[in-house]
Amino acid sequence: MSNLLLFPIIIPLFFATVLMIFPKRLKLQRFLAATGAAATLIAALVLLAKVNAEGVQAVTLGSWPAPFGISMVSDPLSALLVVTTSIITLFVVFYSFPTIGVKREQSFYYPAVLFLMVGVNGAFTTGDIFNLFVFVEVLLMASYTLIVHGGEKPQLRESIKYLLVNIISSALFVAAVAFLYSVTGTLNMADLAVKIPQIEETGILTVIAVMFLVVFGFKAAIFPLYFWLPGSYYSPPVPILALFGALLTKVGVYAIMRTYTLFFTMNITFTHELLGIIAILTILAGCVGALAYFDVKKIIIYNIIIAVGVILFGIAQLNQPGVDGSIFYLLHDMLIKAALFFLVGIVAVLFGTTDLRKMGGLIKTYPFLGWTYLVAAFGLAGIPPLSGFPGKLLIVQGGFEGPQFWGSIVILATSLIVLLSAVRIFIYAFWGEPVETVPLKKSVFNQMFIPTVILVAITVVFGVGAELFMPFISGAGEVLLNPSIYIDAVLKE
Amino acid sequence: MSVVIGFLFMAAVYLMLSKSLIRIIIGTGLLSHGAHLLLLTMGGLGGISPPVVADGVSVSDYADPLPQALILTAIVISFAVTSFFLVLAYRSYQELGTDNMDLLRGTEDHE
Repeated sequence: MSNLLLFPIIIPLFFATVLMIFPKRLKLQRFLAATGAAATLIAALVLLAKVNAEGVQAVTLGSWPAPFGISMVSDPLSALLVVTTSIITLFVVFYSFPTIGVKREQSFYYPAVLFLMVGVNGAFTTGDIFNLFVFVEVLLMASYTLIVHGGEKPQLRESIKYLLVNIISSALFVAAVAFLYSVTGTLNMADLAVKIPQIEETGILTVIAVMFLVVFGFKAAIFPLYFWLPGSYYSPPVPILALFGALLTKVGVYAIMRTYTLFFTMNITFTHELLGIIAILTILAGCVGALAYFDVKKIIIYNIIIAVGVILFGIAQLNQPGVDGSIFYLLHDMLIKAALFFLVGIVAVLFGTTDLRKMGGLIKTYPFLGWTYLVAAFGLAGIPPLSGFPGKLLIVQGGFEGPQFWGSIVILATSLIVLLSAVRIFIYAFWGEPVETVPLKKSVFNQMFIPTVILVAITVVFGVGAELFMPFISGAGEVLLNPSIYIDAVLKE
Repeated sequence: MSVVIGFLFMAAVYLMLSKSLIRIIIGTGLLSHGAHLLLLTMGGLGGISPPVVADGVSVSDYADPLPQALILTAIVISFAVTSFFLVLAYRSYQELGTDNMDLLRGTEDHE
């Protein structure tokens, strides 16, 4: 029993609440938002160290015995994700200072960011399926605020659709939880993992598993439920886009990872094969989008969809390399997507447009920016020794060891498309005839560029030092593959 | 009960497929009502005793209290989301001058 794992949820909640009291005090807002995010990061790192040293941490609220109270569980996977979330939120806060605009900053922007952090950290930590729904609603509510924040016409138009899609998926979530409860009589994830193998009617559970796949698929943007994502993510400003692209879909991915390894394992030949096929289709659909557009934001947005497919394919294999690879790739993808959105944000500010055809020759004026982007793009495509490589290697290996070896071939082939789509931005924006850029103060540029460089540097360290991080990753993979560790930690409290 | 839930879902889908934004919002309201009633039904109906452990009261005498707690949470959330959606609809009607989803497509010809 340790209350430590609640801190990454409570700290941002506290800071967000305090920040709502004085929206107009700009400096104080910035300072407290950064402090809140940094404090959360420290708490998350301490938590990770503790989980690594002492195994899975669990706390059941209100001191009820485990299946009756609401359990919060921090296993290595959720601790790693909480750390990554905190890093990204901290950098987004820093990146927001020069980019988001004073008017937005003064109307509850930072509280919304921190509330989003509450929801995401909570969703990663919870051990109760209905509590997962509640935390998902918390983060969705914050994301509704952020997506419409500023009230520009395209934002209003797209947020209606975003809201509608998410309301429908939430209603389906409640319905799916209702069915699961009526069949198993429990909502605690560890207890579900105990009860589900005892039920002989696997048919109805398979239906429920697929319902949950649909629900989480809406959030994770899998094929064919990704249709809302490109339009909705396109409209808000870049820092919000980076936050959404790095965190929101990953909550859906995490939920699929958790449910499909912990308790929906009664009919693997059907559910996991379905997941594998959908993952491959998701990758292909993302590739088509990534190549089709001449808009820097759209290209990176479609790359989110590709990454979701790659991660889920690793999970669908349900063997050790596949799952380890998925976890590694998930962390890599969160960091690299935030970094790439930061970079294209800077590029878009410099040219005053997001259309690639109106850009060119930036390498002459901003050489350092260009090379940083190239490193990030290579990292995204998974060129060794950068961070995309080890994860993808393990996922592909998992695919070859499992029944769906053809999926690994697709992943290898689409890596080239990912590289092409990312390098195309480099070629158009940094090479070619110089186009006149918007004059930008050196200090403003540095304020945007320094967090970006640090984030890219983190991804490089994550890739080059993969050996260093592997014990954490394989520890997380071990818990996913042996649900008994998770169950024991929760129910023996 | 199942028939009511099915009807609510059907009406919700019908309303959400219409073009007018306000009908869509009513549709989402009905959809969440349907989901909440489903949650209640799935917990098992029946039993008149209060869910308190006492002498002579067995588990089958009272309705399961947990789904009711879950519904309460879900109702509060859907209330908040619906009110946000209504405000958003009003604001976008002011800004964009329409509530017709056909005109809110966001392709290049409609800015």
